[in-house]
Amino acid sequence: MLYGYNGKFIEVDLSNEKISIEKIDEQILREYIGGRALASKILWDRLGNKWEEVDPLGPENLLLFLTGPLTGYFPGARICVSGKSPQSNGIVGSTVGGNFAMELRCAGYDGIIVSGEAKKPVYLFIKDDFIEIKDASHIWGKRGIDTIKILINETLKDLSNKWSWKGLWKDPGILYIGPAGENKSRIAAVMSKWSHAAGYGGYGGVMGSKKLKAVVVKGSNSLPPVANKEKVLSLIAEVCRVSIQEKDDWRRWGTGYGGYGVGADTSSEPIRNWQEEWHDNKSFGVDKFEERVWIKRYWGDDGCPTTCLKLSAIKDGEFKGAITDNPDYELQAYLGTNLGIFTPEGNVYVASVVDDLGLCGIQGGNVLGFAAELYQRGILTKKDLGIELEWGNPKAFAKLAEKIAYRKGIGNILAEGTYRAALKLSKRKKIDLMKYAVQSKGIAIGAHGIRSGLDYPPIIAYACSVQGGDHTSVAGLIREELWKCELSMLFADSGVVCSFNVFKLDWLWDFLEAVTGWNITKEEWYEKIAARVLAIQRALLLLGGPDIYWDPRIHDENPERFYEPLPSGPKKGKATDKEDFLKTKSEYYKTLGWDEYGIPTSETLNKLGLKDVDNVLQKIRNKIYSS
Amino acid sequence: MKQIWIARDYSKCSGCRRCEIACSLKHEGEIWPEASRIRIFMLIPGIEVPHLCVQCPDYPCVEACPTNALSINKETSAVEVDKEKCIACGKCIDACPGKIPHMHPTKKHIIICNLCNGDPECVKVCQEGRWNALWTAPRPSGSLLSIKLYARTPQEITKDLARNIYGEEFEKEVK
Ligand code: SF4
Ligand code: SF4
Ligand code: SF4
Repeated sequence: MLYGYNGKFIEVDLSNEKISIEKIDEQILREYIGGRALASKILWDRLGNKWEEVDPLGPENLLLFLTGPLTGYFPGARICVSGKSPQSNGIVGSTVGGNFAMELRCAGYDGIIVSGEAKKPVYLFIKDDFIEIKDASHIWGKRGIDTIKILINETLKDLSNKWSWKGLWKDPGILYIGPAGENKSRIAAVMSKWSHAAGYGGYGGVMGSKKLKAVVVKGSNSLPPVANKEKVLSLIAEVCRVSIQEKDDWRRWGTGYGGYGVGADTSSEPIRNWQEEWHDNKSFGVDKFEERVWIKRYWGDDGCPTTCLKLSAIKDGEFKGAITDNPDYELQAYLGTNLGIFTPEGNVYVASVVDDLGLCGIQGGNVLGFAAELYQRGILTKKDLGIELEWGNPKAFAKLAEKIAYRKGIGNILAEGTYRAALKLSKRKKIDLMKYAVQSKGIAIGAHGIRSGLDYPPIIAYACSVQGGDHTSVAGLIREELWKCELSMLFADSGVVCSFNVFKLDWLWDFLEAVTGWNITKEEWYEKIAARVLAIQRALLLLGGPDIYWDPRIHDENPERFYEPLPSGPKKGKATDKEDFLKTKSEYYKTLGWDEYGIPTSETLNKLGLKDVDNVLQKIRNKIYSS
Repeated sequence: MKQIWIARDYSKCSGCRRCEIACSLKHEGEIWPEASRIRIFMLIPGIEVPHLCVQCPDYPCVEACPTNALSINKETSAVEVDKEKCIACGKCIDACPGKIPHMHPTKKHIIICNLCNGDPECVKVCQEGRWNALWTAPRPSGSLLSIKLYARTPQEITKDLARNIYGEEFEKEVK
């Protein structure tokens, strides 16, 4: 008996308007668990042999929405979005909270696999066994807030028309895109609940390319049965108890104390496109957020004890009507300090606009900062931008975000994300602009610098990660801490759970065993399962295409900026140590059984049972070894 | 036994839905949000409304039931559902000013909060989390009719909360 899973996946071919139910072999589920790990398997099997030709924004790409066996059981439900990433041309597993995952699991499914491209805008509606592709022309073009309002009202009407015997229907789970996704921006997010985003990877753009405006789901069943119910319930109680009793600061301020705290304490916060990483600007303190803009102090997703989100709204003044959560640390950084904005109101306003447009706050904030530095240096002018892009001006940045989402003027280039924009603008301006692009393999770096050495990401965190700049999956050597190694972080993305509720790594493996009945040890996870997933992700990242390819000798590298000495703060003068970086990098490759260029060796792949991956990688080895 | 009542402060609800989990575990033995006697409505994100029976003093649901499947527990004042007698006609839903009773998602009977016989599970988790959106209080003894003011639909409650939380523009959005 399969525990912890429904054992069913919805398969939707939008080109042919075909819906079917897919079962995935128990052996495969055991070997890949769910979420990001399972995504790597599905993508490898279905697209691996033609990977280089697959356009991430074309109909041949797959869009995956996958839960894991722990989703809904482990407190704080999330869902993992994946596919071939339009940012890295590899695979990114990008997770988002909200009520979608729980509804999907209760509808009787573990995930959704979308292929093809609809002829006109559609949305997918799921109510248990009833699945329908519905017309979305009336919401195509709508921003986030309007999209949710319409979809909730429409779905409730639908539900009571078709299943009226039930009494009042509760709101459904909704994933959707805004204009940025519709216009196939590579930095568009898959959104949920106003402000929740699966941003890394650019899957909002993939949804847009498929003309899939939203997925709406209502489930009426219970979660699938588990192997050891008593144990699961006691683990839930334990996670909740610790989260509530011992993590009160986290609960009270969420990640929202970061805007001031991380800059001041760790000198690792992006400021004006990472020109600095330290600030002591108390106008951006957590107290200012708490007392001026938070209208709800605890906001969380299904089953969450921590409720680390805070709801912000601005009710008067020039930014009236702005709504977002927190903003969380990443958005305080990327849509605050990184743009030279140090007022909670300005920050909430820009975050609210970016959310509503369906842009990823991290990728978006990174490219906005990049553009503003070019403006500061006179490389981009008012004529290029149509805007005086002064640091610290929320209205100017919101205007540019809008141009990006609608691909207007310069926005058409910036919508491609920082890396591609830097390539294009370098050509146009005939100077090398890559040194201002703070990204890794097309993916903007999370708002945690490595120069000061005081924050959590290791020195190889972004340069070597198969997820590029993703701060929730950093490459590192240490295994016993969730936040230092992607082999551990990968578990949260595969389980699929919220890592903000994980305070003890062991909970995860205990949970997995209690839910599934599988005795998967930590060692098996590190040495086989996670290693296998990383090898597949690595292989497909190196295969790349069709527009961009990565050469590990060049691109397994930190952004240039991280080698510039920090200009201010207690760690002034400190920069990333190149030698240390190179040493750690080769140690990391060695630990994983990869060669000196970070290509998994034949021996390693055979041990992992990935002979077919080895065959494909031979092509890359030939290319690199011979040049 | 002192009659208890579940007091609520909607504006404090975090939307964690742990109460749904606790309630369904207690009454169904499973994590089953749709079979929870308390349900959190999020008709607008950020405005979460815990929706559960208020034990109206005149019990219109009980009155409306054609088969006497509903009765009032004298000790707790909660509405008890006799699953055998319930014919799933939905008349109690129509009679309830808040449309609070709902059909069990897979079985043919109505479900209504029974106050867990005086020891509400939903309140425990909400209190454990210190959200304080739900707490137990003595059943109000003044004007019992004011209890009934809480028996409103999630739509109605959301409208008022939307004005309070986001401002008046949002009030109009709830259909
Ligand atoms: S437990 Fe409390 S805070 Fe959480 S959803 Fe229920 S009522 Fe709201
Ligand atoms: S709130 Fe509704 S279900 Fe509860 S007693 Fe009143 S009418 Fe009955
Ligand atoms: S008191 Fe008991 S039955 Fe009523 S909503 Fe709470 S947990 Fe459910």
